Amino acid sequence: MGFPDRIERTVELAHPPAKVWTALTTAEGLAAWFGNEAAIDLHPGGSAWMKWNEGHTAQMRVERVEEPRVFGFTWHISGLPDDDPRRTYVEFTLEPADGGTRLTVVESGFAQLSDQAFHDAFDGNTKGWASELAELATYLDAA
Amino acid sequence: MPPDIEAIAEQVFVALADPTRRAILAALASGGPATATDLGGRLPVTRQAVAKHLALLAEAGLVTAEPGERRRVRYRLHSAPMQVAQQFLAALARDWDSPLGALKDHLDRGAREPAAAPLHGTRAHRPEGQAP
Repeated sequence: MGFPDRIERTVELAHPPAKVWTALTTAEGLAAWFGNEAAIDLHPGGSAWMKWNEGHTAQMRVERVEEPRVFGFTWHISGLPDDDPRRTYVEFTLEPADGGTRLTVVESGFAQLSDQAFHDAFDGNTKGWASELAELATYLDAA
Repeated sequence: MPPDIEAIAEQVFVALADPTRRAILAALASGGPATATDLGGRLPVTRQAVAKHLALLAEAGLVTAEPGERRRVRYRLHSAPMQVAQQFLAALARDWDSPLGALKDHLDRGAREPAAAPLHGTRAHRPEGQAP
């Protein structure tokens, strides 16, 4: 495969897992290093969001909470339309290491493609602005 | 992963590698469906060259042909393959290094300290429109 489905990074942090966990899983923590504002409902299925001063927002869904070892969430794939159902999964793994923490982040799912998206990509039947406009015209004509 | 997902994306990147094809796609995106003659009139290339590029774009699934006025074929942009290519661009554009650097700085400064100005510099690396 020529394109990455998965991105992985590991960093060594000179702080215990409990402290790193707080930075990753609380609104105060996320707003201090990741977004500019954040909220999180920390349980599997809970929702979370981050906002940036530049104007964009990330909506997340909490998937895994195993304090203080694994924290996972899914979020929208950047660059795709807001209503696109495809999401990537981000998982943070915290391991104690020399009094600090080895933190690994894995984001996966970039190469996924739903059957519908696959079908659309090959199929000539477009549903674009033209068909939306045609629907609008039909709606207005009927009114 | 379907075996042809990379083939779809590759056709998009091949199509976009040519400036005339980019101009054709841009014209269709901004102005809506058009015939080869329309496009030839708007772009600094011959109608024949436009027709040749449109054939390649149709094969890549990036435009679809449909009947237009006076029995001329009109071409319409088909965005689904673009959305496949966007996934790959998203993977390449994903920046984890800046946030992880900011996390390290945040922890080193002390978790109780509120977000300070230097962090914004790190975050500013995330370009507009690259929201996760």
